[in-house]
Amino acid sequence: MTQIELRGVQKFFGTVQVIKDLNLKIEDNEFIVLLGQSGCGKTTTLRGIAGLETIDEGDILIDGQPVQHLKCSDRDIAMVFQSFSLYPHMTVYENIAFPLRATRMSRTEVDKAVREIAQVLRITDLLGRKPSALSGGDMQRVAIGRALVRRPKAMLMDEPIGALDAKLREDMRGEIKRLHVKQGSTTIYVTHDQIEAMSLADRIVIMHEGVLQQVGSPEDVYKYPSNLFVAQFVGSPVMNVAKASVSEAGGEARVTVDGAAEGFAFPRELLGKLNGKAAVGDLKLGIRPEGVLVRHEAADGFLPVEAHIIEPLGSHDIVDLRIGGEMLRARTKAGYVDKAGDRVFARLDPSHAHFFDASGQSLGVRL
Amino acid sequence: MATAVMTRLDPQSRAAARGWSDLTIRNLFVIPTILFLIVFNIFPLIYSLGYSFTDFRASTNAPANFVGLQNYRELLNDPFIWSNFAITAKYVIVSVVGQVIVGFGMAMLLNRDIPLKGLLTTLLLLPMMLSMAVVGLFWKLLYDPSFGIINYALGLGTFEWLSNPNMALYAVALTDIWMWSPFVMLLSLAGLSAVPKHLYEAAAIDRAGPLYTFFRITLPLVAPILMIAIIFRTMEAFKTFDLAYILTSQPTTELISIRLYKMAFQEWQTGRSCALAYIVLIMILAITNIYVKYLNKVKER
Repeated sequence: MTQIELRGVQKFFGTVQVIKDLNLKIEDNEFIVLLGQSGCGKTTTLRGIAGLETIDEGDILIDGQPVQHLKCSDRDIAMVFQSFSLYPHMTVYENIAFPLRATRMSRTEVDKAVREIAQVLRITDLLGRKPSALSGGDMQRVAIGRALVRRPKAMLMDEPIGALDAKLREDMRGEIKRLHVKQGSTTIYVTHDQIEAMSLADRIVIMHEGVLQQVGSPEDVYKYPSNLFVAQFVGSPVMNVAKASVSEAGGEARVTVDGAAEGFAFPRELLGKLNGKAAVGDLKLGIRPEGVLVRHEAADGFLPVEAHIIEPLGSHDIVDLRIGGEMLRARTKAGYVDKAGDRVFARLDPSHAHFFDASGQSLGVRL
Repeated sequence: MATAVMTRLDPQSRAAARGWSDLTIRNLFVIPTILFLIVFNIFPLIYSLGYSFTDFRASTNAPANFVGLQNYRELLNDPFIWSNFAITAKYVIVSVVGQVIVGFGMAMLLNRDIPLKGLLTTLLLLPMMLSMAVVGLFWKLLYDPSFGIINYALGLGTFEWLSNPNMALYAVALTDIWMWSPFVMLLSLAGLSAVPKHLYEAAAIDRAGPLYTFFRITLPLVAPILMIAIIFRTMEAFKTFDLAYILTSQPTTELISIRLYKMAFQEWQTGRSCALAYIVLIMILAITNIYVKYLNKVKER
């Protein structure tokens, strides 16, 4: 039963402000992912909550109690580090038992707790080993076990699987999810990997240069990014962004990518939703590759475009289409477009389109 | 193998012009050192082993007679020799324990961000760089009961440091602690700064108190390098001669090396002193071996 709240948190390193007026409320049992590029302040935020870093202004509340002046040992929070931070001179058993022994728990209780958690993490047969004899994945399991064993108020994870290889990362991702569902504790997870964030989070918190950009469920963040940074940070391949203008023609709206001869047809309501920002320079069109529809034959609403680069990815292809002065990446069936230079026809799915103003803020257009 | 990793000689160099190879140059540097070692260390070592089985006296022209193990038998049955060993053991324990506590303590104090850390460290290392004889003479003055600064500073009046037989050994050990604590400090500092910071962070998160962190994290991780410092200091303390010899001549400070010196160069019992030297050598080897065994156990992880 733990809520964590950040109110107006500010943090400076010298003259550099790394966290700018951060407000965030985390509900009990929630899995929150702090997502952002390296240096965006997400790890500093996490360390601030843990108590490894002092904050310069604002409040950190755990269950309504301000804790920013408490030492980390008094906050009852567990943390998993990217570097695992296992104690190299202790066995796995001793590592997991460390937080319990440090608080003078009785021997039998320690033993029971350690064996229980080892079973949950499936590392019972590793208990006698030293960390140096473990694989990366097992080391991280031990680190997670050490954090979970004392049933902390909240779990903080700082890129816990960032140091593992791709395959293992996927396995561990599933395992962390499983553990969260099973053990259930308020968790804050820091990562720069948007796939990790999407797959794990109840809510994603996106930060950029110390400023919170958007908070929302993975679906929310993916479908309705609040600005260009979020739009381009979340989702792979990256969302297409092109300078565009909107005009009216034949009772429809036309969205013309900068430099293109013709515009894509859009529903008429679009015109009313743009607040008059319809000219090139005022407006940016964002569209995810799956919103760019491609076919071989000409059809109503489809414009002729030239395929430029084709990236075959097995399950699907990513095709770069040249239109006007811009490139649009489209997602097609594998092998749909034969070769670069082919002429195909494309249309934009209005329900996938996003419009941003010149400063990159979303205009909130939903069609 | 060694030649394989060597860089080739520049064909334009003077050495190449003289027809030298890498190997020639290497030998030019290495062979004199090896010769020196053989003549001054290894040869006397073996020669003295021979003498230790004789009644040879370097002060007379009488030929050496082979007496077998008699020297060893008599030395090991001599209660005075054993009392010298007991004094030495006491001295080693007091001095090494003192150095470890003071040295490690200073290292703990220095292992943080403090202003002038570099300068402070260098200044603290100074005692170690002085010559033993200088330190001995210096401390003799400091200890002086009538005008020594130590009694003055501590308000001890005319307390006898060196001429009090119960105190003299501790006074020598104190000087040794002053001189060699910096050595332990230096190695401990290297060990302490090698402990990754994130382990301390993990321990803080795990709610470990400062004492628990020190005994369960810091000490075990510094132990291997601290053991090396202890090995060095134990060996050195066991062999202490100059400091004790200069500071005082109490019978209670007659360390085994001083006894050895007197036997060899005042009583001229050359054969017998050779045997004693070998007994000391074997003891030091044995003690060091115990340490090294323990060190390997500590390092095993």
